[in-house]
Amino acid sequence: MAPVSNQLELERIKRKTRANWLLSLPALLLLLFAASGPLLIVIVYSFLTPGNYGGVLWELSGEAWFKVLYTKDIFDDTISLSDAHLSIFWRSFQLSFLTTVICLVLGFPTAYFIATRPPSTRNVWLFLITIPFWTNLLIRTFAILELIRNKGVINNSLISLGIISDPIPMLYSDAAIVIGMTYVYLPLMVLPIYAAMERFDFRYVEAGFDLYASRFKVMRRIILPIIKPGVIAGSILVFVPSLGAYVTPRILGGGKNLMIGNLIELQFGQGKNWPLGAALAVTMLLIVLVALIFYMRISQRSEQNDAQ
Amino acid sequence: MRKFTTMLGAVALSMSFAQSAMAEKLTIYHWFEYIPQELLNKFTAETGIEVVMDTYDSNEALLANLKATGMGNYDVAVPGDYMVNIMRDEGMLDTFTPSELSNFSNIQDQWLNVSFDMGRQNSVPYQWGSTSFMVDREVYSGDIRTADIIFNPPAELKGKINILDTAGETLAFASLYMGIPQCSNDRSELKKLSAMLQEAKVNWASFNSDGAKDVLASGDAAAGMIWNGFGAKARAERASLEYSYPKEGYLVWADSVVLLKDAPNRDAALKFMDFLLEPENAAAVTNYARYTAGVKGVEEFLDAELVTSPENNPPADAPAGTFVEVCAPETQALYDAIWTQLKK
Repeated sequence: MAPVSNQLELERIKRKTRANWLLSLPALLLLLFAASGPLLIVIVYSFLTPGNYGGVLWELSGEAWFKVLYTKDIFDDTISLSDAHLSIFWRSFQLSFLTTVICLVLGFPTAYFIATRPPSTRNVWLFLITIPFWTNLLIRTFAILELIRNKGVINNSLISLGIISDPIPMLYSDAAIVIGMTYVYLPLMVLPIYAAMERFDFRYVEAGFDLYASRFKVMRRIILPIIKPGVIAGSILVFVPSLGAYVTPRILGGGKNLMIGNLIELQFGQGKNWPLGAALAVTMLLIVLVALIFYMRISQRSEQNDAQ
Repeated sequence: MRKFTTMLGAVALSMSFAQSAMAEKLTIYHWFEYIPQELLNKFTAETGIEVVMDTYDSNEALLANLKATGMGNYDVAVPGDYMVNIMRDEGMLDTFTPSELSNFSNIQDQWLNVSFDMGRQNSVPYQWGSTSFMVDREVYSGDIRTADIIFNPPAELKGKINILDTAGETLAFASLYMGIPQCSNDRSELKKLSAMLQEAKVNWASFNSDGAKDVLASGDAAAGMIWNGFGAKARAERASLEYSYPKEGYLVWADSVVLLKDAPNRDAALKFMDFLLEPENAAAVTNYARYTAGVKGVEEFLDAELVTSPENNPPADAPAGTFVEVCAPETQALYDAIWTQLKK
């Protein structure tokens, strides 16, 4: 009897496997067409020759990749590091990092506040956090613009209160970009930290105090290690989209000092160099990928340390 | 939740029905704020053709987006003079014969045989105007008949200047200021041009085309490059703005409605072009956009103030305007590089 039942069991597993494959087929197809497909096109384009007025010619060329980092001086053909691209990459990195730090500073206490409310009111606070998502990003960005422009709400109120006589120029600066991105991405920091804190047993904190730990020590040795995954997830969720931000720098930065997203758009638009745009897009992808791997390595190592 | 999903489904369904019920459709690709909705409604009322419009904010954006999406999506577009040439060379335009347009004879003589479309085989005139800049006279009352205002601004205007985010026009305007021929191949000249722009950029607040009117009208910018008709609209919102015809020269342009290759609805496109050559309709565009029509017999339909508006009437001693030229691709690549360098 045993072999027969084994066979039946095998059949059953086989069927189950097939069914699982079929069930995951839509997701796999979507990934293939919506993620891998376009990515492949971008990679292929980055190795082609730009057409005169945009588009690509099907001739292999490494020119675009060369141009990501180096530039041939248009005036005397000398080759040097591309300061235009490097300064845009550096600005993007700086502004994204700053945005992440500010979001963390603002988001951590917010999440702590929500997590320490009674369960019945927590949902109300969470609901409030999600309200901005109901409105289109573009409209939220224009709302910020309306606030910080020279003749905007903030400057007008300060002037009418007699606190300042000339408007403080805030719009069209790197600071304006950071303000905009912080506003837009703050919920992405609050929600993962809250999710980690919600599961946190606050009796640990009491226990810490009972054992004469200072507030600082409780935070550093008890709360932070446990909610660290939430902080990391929130930081990644804020940093990565900030790095690729397009709308915010365009509207609040005045399109004068670009970020990577705008640089890529420029190459596909007025710059008429699609392969370079594609190469820059892949470069950004690689930077994010390397940063994530680096991050994961570090957090793994610290987990191992914790375990020891 | 289920109720909500059902409702969404119903809305989506009814929307798709509404679209399929309208049999004929015209898809136009147009500059932003360049045609009044009432005029499109009038076209639909007269012909039964539904109009769908997408917009762009520079000739280069038009070209880039048509390149990206391919032909066969739009019936007509409205490029500027030099862009008509480029689009023809790129094989993006369809031709028609004068007999296909009943109002063809309404085209003004000066716009019939133009360098970018001899005898009008691909396009009909839409509006023409100039590109220069405006200054808020409340902020600066000195001489504004010089492009120094933009490229070497007085202290009052520093940091309060908006620049049109249009590579072709802005670089041509800067070349006029420097007295450098357009499409120059002389690298020492180009180097000077690039250096001048880098220095000037320090004094600029923003690059903005579709917001060019708003930043001036709201007072966020005290000076800014702008097209004359858009400037007239800005002045209507803020009386202290003055349009300048600088002594170094300014740009003129003539936008045309082109018939695009592989137009999904060529008949509707020609009907639309014919419709726009009707004096009353051309005047409606002019009254809205505040430029100048290239169609005969519009005078009686025009707003009275347009006839004397300072934006449309250069002072007697102003130089003649200059058209943007089409450069050879190798030369254009140099200008593109200057533009990218400018925006780093």
